[in-house]
Amino acid sequence: MTYEFLQHYWCFIVSLLGALLVFLLFVQGANSLVRSIGGNEEGRRLVINSTGRKWEFTFTTLVTFGGAFFASFPLFYSTSFGGAYWLWMIILFTFVLQAVSYEFQNKIGNILGPNTFQFFLVLNGIVGPLLLGGAVATFFEGSNFIIEKNNMIDFGAMTPIISRWANASHGLDALLNPWVLVFGFAVVFLARILGCLYVMNNVNDDDIRDRGRHSLLVNTVPFLILFVAYLVHLLLKDGYAYNAEGVIFMEPYKYLTNFLSMWYLLILLLIGVVLVLFGIGKTIVDKQFVSGIWPAGIGTVLTVLALLLCSAWNNTAYYPSTADLQSSLTLANSCSSEFTLRTMFYVSLLVPFVLAYIVYCWRAIDKKKLTKDELKTDHAY
Amino acid sequence: MTNLLLNIDAGTIDWSRAQFALTAIYHWLFVPLTLGLAVIMGIMETCYYRTKDKFWKDTAIFWQKLFGINFAMGVATGIILEFEFGTNWSNYSWFVGDIFGAPLAVEGIVAFFMESTFVAVMYFGWKKVSPGFHLASTWLTGLGATISAWWILVANAWMQYPVGCEFNPDTMRNEMVSFAEVALSPFAVSKFCHTVTSAWIIGGVFCVGVSCWYLMKKRETKMALESLKIGAWVGLVAAVLAAATGHKSAQDVAEVQPMKLAAMEALYNGGTDVGLTAVAWVSPFGQPDYENEESAPLKIEMPYALSFMATNDFHGYVPGINDILNGYTRPDGTRELSVDEKIQRGKMAIIALTEYRAAKADGADEATLNSLSSALQENMKYFGYGYIKDKSQVVPPIAVNFWAFRIMVGVGCLLILYFALLLVITHRIPFLTVFTRRLLATLGLIPETEADGNDITNLPAWHYWFAIALIPLAYIASESGWLVAEFGRQPWTIQDMLPTWVAVSDLQSGSVMLTFFLFLILFTTMLAVEINIMLKQIKKGPEL
Repeated sequence: MTYEFLQHYWCFIVSLLGALLVFLLFVQGANSLVRSIGGNEEGRRLVINSTGRKWEFTFTTLVTFGGAFFASFPLFYSTSFGGAYWLWMIILFTFVLQAVSYEFQNKIGNILGPNTFQFFLVLNGIVGPLLLGGAVATFFEGSNFIIEKNNMIDFGAMTPIISRWANASHGLDALLNPWVLVFGFAVVFLARILGCLYVMNNVNDDDIRDRGRHSLLVNTVPFLILFVAYLVHLLLKDGYAYNAEGVIFMEPYKYLTNFLSMWYLLILLLIGVVLVLFGIGKTIVDKQFVSGIWPAGIGTVLTVLALLLCSAWNNTAYYPSTADLQSSLTLANSCSSEFTLRTMFYVSLLVPFVLAYIVYCWRAIDKKKLTKDELKTDHAY
Repeated sequence: MTNLLLNIDAGTIDWSRAQFALTAIYHWLFVPLTLGLAVIMGIMETCYYRTKDKFWKDTAIFWQKLFGINFAMGVATGIILEFEFGTNWSNYSWFVGDIFGAPLAVEGIVAFFMESTFVAVMYFGWKKVSPGFHLASTWLTGLGATISAWWILVANAWMQYPVGCEFNPDTMRNEMVSFAEVALSPFAVSKFCHTVTSAWIIGGVFCVGVSCWYLMKKRETKMALESLKIGAWVGLVAAVLAAATGHKSAQDVAEVQPMKLAAMEALYNGGTDVGLTAVAWVSPFGQPDYENEESAPLKIEMPYALSFMATNDFHGYVPGINDILNGYTRPDGTRELSVDEKIQRGKMAIIALTEYRAAKADGADEATLNSLSSALQENMKYFGYGYIKDKSQVVPPIAVNFWAFRIMVGVGCLLILYFALLLVITHRIPFLTVFTRRLLATLGLIPETEADGNDITNLPAWHYWFAIALIPLAYIASESGWLVAEFGRQPWTIQDMLPTWVAVSDLQSGSVMLTFFLFLILFTTMLAVEINIMLKQIKKGPEL
């Protein structure tokens, strides 16, 4: 295993975690729709209890995504989290609200009332995917930062801090870029689509399934418009490339070139998109079909994986700087040492084992679909 | 160098420290109960699995409900902690991310998924999986939480005792050279054992306190008695283990963080045959005058005990704060540099690094680079001291360390006695039980009429209130332990390597202040909600 291979390998692992995270945002998506697909109070409880059995996977994947990024690309961790402070803080804030909302909302002694925590779930359901999507979009659109490692030892430097944000908004400036918003809202609507599909599959209730099917249609239209718009923009825009000396430069149609030269990513992207459309389309057309979450979920993972790898592989700067081109982060200039990447490679071999027990437990819990009766007799939120 | 120090916003550093401390303190309100209750509810469910007695299932479910209420808050506060390394300590994340990131990633992959997967089976799987699978899920939930503790404590131990790494001047960071040294550092092993056993104490105290409330109210007597016994056993075993591992931890501190030990003991001037301070007057309102005072006033000490504790030798040498500041000679004849000398060496390291990087940028030949690299390596051990302006900066807050250590140890000793006494009474050991009750009656602690009885369900109310009062007391002791660990390391984020003011992110102090108050309001509100829900759930009781 060469150092370069390990960098690409860890980029793949982090991208896979990111792709799984986007899939698992079905929890947020369903929560944002709790009123429309839940209908009445009983229906809302069913939806919340359905996502309540999965929220920890989303949460854990987010934490592991952060940990893996820290271990493999620490310069990204220090630059993005320390720089885009407000963006990440708002994301974290909403996830904290979500984490307690399930357990607290319907407990006796909840002094804030159940509606407060349901509001928190809806807030997280919209803001979480929007800002996470926005953060992903900055991999293509760039961020406003400067890196100077000599700051730590430079007597004349303004501060000894290596990574600095070039404006005072600390990450909120990303939301002024319309393409970041387009991608962010595409993720919001995708999460809502996946949320509908998941609840329809997981809850055995005809009313909820009917409302879910209607909601699916309503959310698919804006998703397709936004996603196609962003994909076309991405394929036509200039990208951030670097040469053998590590010098970063703008290259026309960089991401289109990446997909063409890495044909396997293009195939992955196409399969992913087809699977998402199949999952949505069959669920809308076939009233008996409630398993759309699986093709759409797998499609989401493949699509996001292809996009994330396209942002970093093939000599591409995956975290470009709009303030100083040469500060842009590439796999080579931001990764951990070869020793650490190699050590972590062996740790990552545990991932299939982890996935296996997750699948086993998931199936064990979900083999019987959630019903209203279960809420009365079993542990429920 | 002066420019560097003058241009860092002190407000940003202080607010970043405050925010991290706030998050860590809140996080540690929930984590120990998670770890402790995991053991207790695991034992209860094992009893159910073995006996098939529905009583044990109901009892386990009751404690699992309390576990769940607490668990969510632990998860919520935990995510903030991980990301705060990046958001608030950006330079730190780059400078040591190559080493520090690995334990966090392993924690996510190995522990968090185990915890989050099996906790769902534990709650929702009673009717969906076999009893054996359910029991395994309950234990695996606790195991996942414990493995998580292992990796985060490995990371924390590395900040106290950085091993298994080398500085790379080309990348301007420290890089891992031995994963085994990092993951199995003796400091990490001691810290893990001490921290996890202290968490089990919290579980034991909580279980005993809640059970005593039921006994006082004469409700759920059977469940309360059985829970009390399990809680007391877990508490006693954990408290004894925590004392033993605490001793080992203190020896580790004596070896690698002598300044922390000196602050814990308010030991201004060290030497041989040093006594362990039982009490002394160390003003909590500011740093004592350690330079001019011989020792803290009103000091009562146990002769030779500190020397023995630190070195396993009653006559062993223990340096005081002034010895460390001014340099001292160890019993083996080697000399520890004064802080002023270390500052000079640190500055030499920074200058050597500057020259190395300039030469490298100018395309200097290999021989020149090797020579500059050697000069750097020679002084690299003191790199962090290059950022110290005045030697007084390396003295941690003495009063916090001194008092927090005493609270931790004092409450720990009290808990050992209490649990032992409780077990003697609850297990009705004929001689000991009567003897203990007679002793308590003689001391006036229980009525004479109760002296020959052996029924814990019929004690005066203050006994039960005492058990309940131990819950917040144990929490204070547990948090005090962390205060010692973290305040004692100041001003370093990584011992001797990186002071806090070089580790921060480039943020305006107003931004960090705002997020500090946002988290303060959020966490405090959620804590109030949690406590209220917990109290109502206890009042409601198990659904037997």
